[in-house]
Amino acid sequence: MSSGMNMKEAGAAEPIERMTMEVDIACAGFGPAMGGFLTTLTRAWNENPTDPAFESKTAPGMPLQVLCYERADDLSAGVSGVVTRAKGIRASFPELNPAEIPMAVEVQKERVLYLLDPVGASRRSFTLRAADAVLRRLGRTLGIRDHAFELPWTPGFLHKQGGLVLSIGQFNQWVGAQVMASGLVQIWPGTPVSQPLIAGKAVKGVRLADQGVDKYGMPADGFMAGMDVRARLTVVGDGPVGAVGRAIDEQLGVPEGHARLEWALGMKMVIELPENSELEPGTVWHTFGFPEPEIFGFLYVHPERLASVGIFVPSWLGDPSRTAYRYLQHYIQHPALWRHLKDGNLRSWGAKSLDESGRIGEPFLSGDGFARIGEGSGSTNMLTGSGVDEAWTTGVQLGEAVIELLRDGKPFSKESLAATYETRRRASWVERGAREAENARNGFRGGTVKGVIGMALAGLTGGRLSLRAKIPPPQKHSASPIAGLNPKKLATLAQAALAGGRPLHDALLSARGWPEIEFDGRLLVTQQDALLMGGKVQALPGFADHVTFHDTQLCATCIQKTCISMCSGQAIKLGADGLPAFEREKCVHCGACLWNCIQTGQSSRAHIDFRAGAGGLHSAEN
Amino acid sequence: MGNALHVVVCAGTVPDPLQTLEPITGPNGPGVKNEMMLPAVLDPWAASALYEAANLVARNPGSKVWLVSLGSKAKLQQVMMAVAQKVSFELVPIDGPIGGFTDAHATAAVLAEAIAALPGLNRERLLLFGGWESATRGAGVTLQLVGERLGIIDQFQGVDQIEFREDGSFEVLERVEGGKHQASVCMGTPAVLGWATGNLAEPRNNPQTGMANMRTIMPALQKAKPAALQADGLHYISVALPKQHRTTRIEKDMTPDAIARELVEWIGAE
Repeated sequence: MSSGMNMKEAGAAEPIERMTMEVDIACAGFGPAMGGFLTTLTRAWNENPTDPAFESKTAPGMPLQVLCYERADDLSAGVSGVVTRAKGIRASFPELNPAEIPMAVEVQKERVLYLLDPVGASRRSFTLRAADAVLRRLGRTLGIRDHAFELPWTPGFLHKQGGLVLSIGQFNQWVGAQVMASGLVQIWPGTPVSQPLIAGKAVKGVRLADQGVDKYGMPADGFMAGMDVRARLTVVGDGPVGAVGRAIDEQLGVPEGHARLEWALGMKMVIELPENSELEPGTVWHTFGFPEPEIFGFLYVHPERLASVGIFVPSWLGDPSRTAYRYLQHYIQHPALWRHLKDGNLRSWGAKSLDESGRIGEPFLSGDGFARIGEGSGSTNMLTGSGVDEAWTTGVQLGEAVIELLRDGKPFSKESLAATYETRRRASWVERGAREAENARNGFRGGTVKGVIGMALAGLTGGRLSLRAKIPPPQKHSASPIAGLNPKKLATLAQAALAGGRPLHDALLSARGWPEIEFDGRLLVTQQDALLMGGKVQALPGFADHVTFHDTQLCATCIQKTCISMCSGQAIKLGADGLPAFEREKCVHCGACLWNCIQTGQSSRAHIDFRAGAGGLHSAEN
Repeated sequence: MGNALHVVVCAGTVPDPLQTLEPITGPNGPGVKNEMMLPAVLDPWAASALYEAANLVARNPGSKVWLVSLGSKAKLQQVMMAVAQKVSFELVPIDGPIGGFTDAHATAAVLAEAIAALPGLNRERLLLFGGWESATRGAGVTLQLVGERLGIIDQFQGVDQIEFREDGSFEVLERVEGGKHQASVCMGTPAVLGWATGNLAEPRNNPQTGMANMRTIMPALQKAKPAALQADGLHYISVALPKQHRTTRIEKDMTPDAIARELVEWIGAE
C-alpha cells in the first residue's frame, strides 16, 4: 500500500483534497459472490504464503494488498434468508457442516402450493377465477386444505433437494471471519463506496463516500472527503442497485440488447414459530397465487423454531398499488400459513431488490482493471429462482482467474480477464443455467397462467422452447391504470389519503376489499414497529441523503407515487407539501425506489437517484 | 503541553444493543441466547473512553493508546473491523469466554495482569480508561478492581471531561445528580477514569488509520493468549432484561393534545 494526497475535484466550486491509497485489489460490496472470490484467493495464498505471485506490486515486500469495502454496518447486517442448492458452495467447502453456521440446515422437505384467495380481494383474471372455482369444487378430491392446493408433482428444476436453508447474514459472517483470519484480506463494513474511478475505458479503483456532510452532501462539521483507493483490479460485487456497478454501466455502457428490465422486491419476516409448531427444520414451501396472482411466496424453516417467510413483489405486477409490507401481512394470514404462524413472534424483518432480468441484464463482465461478480453481473437464474449459489460460483471463478493471472505475471486487462474469468464463467453450469432461464419468464407479460406455462415449457426443454414477449422498462410496468377504480373514485381517495397523511396505496388496497390489518403486537405490527424489531434500522450522522428526486415538479403531477408505495421502510413518505419526502433514518437500502418511479421515462435519466449510503438494518437473523 | 501519556483502555465486546437480546439459562449459568450469532460491538461506554483517549493522545505528543480486551477472538476480530478505522491504538487481545456472566474479580485479575505485562508501559504515566457502565452486563466494579490491583489510588467515575494543565495535573468532570458535574483536580497520573459518554462525536472512518492498525491487530489476535476465568464459587442465579413494554395502537381521531395528555399519564403511571 502506498498513499498520498490528491486532488482537485472536477466540477467542484472549491477544490476538495482527497487522500489516495494504492492497493492491489479493491473490492466493492461483501456478499456471497465476494465471499466466493475472497475465499478462493485466501486459500491459494494460505497454501503457500511465500508464493511470489502473491507479492504486492503496490507495497513491495508485502503480501498482496486486498481491501473490501461494505456499505452495511456489519457483514451480517440486513441481508436475506434463502434456500439454495449450494452446489458451488459445497464445492468450496466439501466438508461443510451446516451446524457450524447459525440458522443453517439441510433441505428436508419441499412443497409447492397454489394459494387460493380466501379474502376475495385478489386481482384475478377471469381464467384464474374459473380455475379457482374448479379447484374449490373438486376440493376434497384434490386434497385442498386451508385454501391451498399442493402440486402433486413439481419439475426437477424447481427443486432444492440436497441444498441448504441459510441466513445469508449468518453465512456472510461465517465466511467473512474465515477470510479475515487469513490475514491477507481486510473487509471494512460501514464504509460505502460512492463511485468507481474511471479513466477512459479503464477502472482505476474506487472512491469512498464523503463523511461529515449535510443531507445534500455539502461539507459540514467534521468533513472528511472520501478517499480514493486506487487499485490494479477493482472487483465489483455491490449488487444490482450498487453505486459502483451502476456507474460503470452508465459510463462504459452495457452489451448490445442487454438491459435490466425486470425486478422484484423481496420482503420477508423472520418468525419465531410457536412452541407447538409441527414444522421441521429444513422444511421449504414455495407458493404462488396469493395475495396477488403475480406474487410468489416462500416459507423456509431454520433450526431452533425460526422461519423465514416472505414474498416477491415483481415489477410486472401491473398495478402501482403495491405496498409489499401490507401484502406480506395478508400473505402470512393465509390459512395455509397462519395455521403454523399464529401465536408466533416477529423476530426481524427485511427487504431487498432482486434483479430478475437474468442473463438479459448481464453487464460487461470485465474490462480494463475491473470485473463484475454476483447478482449485479446478471448471474441470478430466474427459472430456478436461485441466485446465491450462482453468485458464489462467479466469485470463485474470478478468484481462480486472478490467481492464474498473478502466477502468469499478466495484467488485469480486458483481454486477460476475458480469457480467464469470462472463459471460466461461459463454460460453467452458471452460464448454462442462465441461458436456459433467459426467456423462461416471458409468459408473465400475458398473465400468471401464461407465465407458469412459459416457465414449465422452458424448464422442461432446457430453455430450447419458451414464449416470446417484448418486455418494457420496469417503470412502465407500474404505469398502468389502478385496477378497478374510476378516475373520480381515485381522485377522491387520493385527496382523502393526502388529508389523512395516509399513503394512497394503502387506501387503495382497503378500497379494493383488502381487510385492515388487526395488529396483535407480536406478529402483526405496524411497519414502523417492524423497523424497530430485531436489529432496527440505523443511519449514522455525517452522510448525505442517498435517495434524491431530480425534479419535484414531476412528483407534484404524479398520482401513483409508486416510490411511496414500494418503499420498504416507509422512508419515502408523503410530505406536508404533497411531495415525496425521504427520511434516511428509516431506509433499509432495498433500492426499490430506483426501479419503480414511473416518472423515470419522462426524462433521459432516472428520476430518483439511489446512491451509496451508510446504515440500514442491523438485523443479523435475516 | 508536555504530558506524554500512556493510556490503557479496557473495553469489552457486547452484542449489538440494537439486536433483540433474550436471556437464557444454560449448563454454565445465565447467558444471552444465540450470543455468538449476534453481531458484536465495542461496549458503547468503553468506546467513548477509547475516543477520548485518542483525542487526549493527539493533543499530547509522545503518548500512546493500548486497547485491552478480554473476549472471544472471533468476535474481537469482527469488532476491530468496525473500530480500527476510527482511531489509532495497539490492541492487546485476551482470548476469553464468548459470553455468559463472569466474576468481576476474576476479570479484573486477568486484565491487570495483562496491563502490568505491557512492554514499554510507564506506570507513572498511566491513565486507565474504561466505561462507567456497560451495554449488557457491567458489574460496575471491574475497572475499579483493575485499578486497585495496579495500585492506582486516584479513581473517577462517570467522567465526561479531562483537561490537562501545564504542570501535569488535570481537572476531571464527573457526573453527579441533577445533571451537574463535580469538578476535581488530580495532581497527576496514574489515575483510573470510568467514562460516561464524554463530549466527542464518534470519529469518522479513516481507511488509512484502519490499514495502519490492522498491521498490528491481526498478528496480535493470532498470538492472543487464552485466559481461564476463575469463578471462585460465584454463580449467578438468574438474569433479566430491563423492563420493556411495547404497545401498538392506532388512533385516528385523537388530537395532539389528547395524545400528549395520555403520554404524560402513562409516563406518570410508570
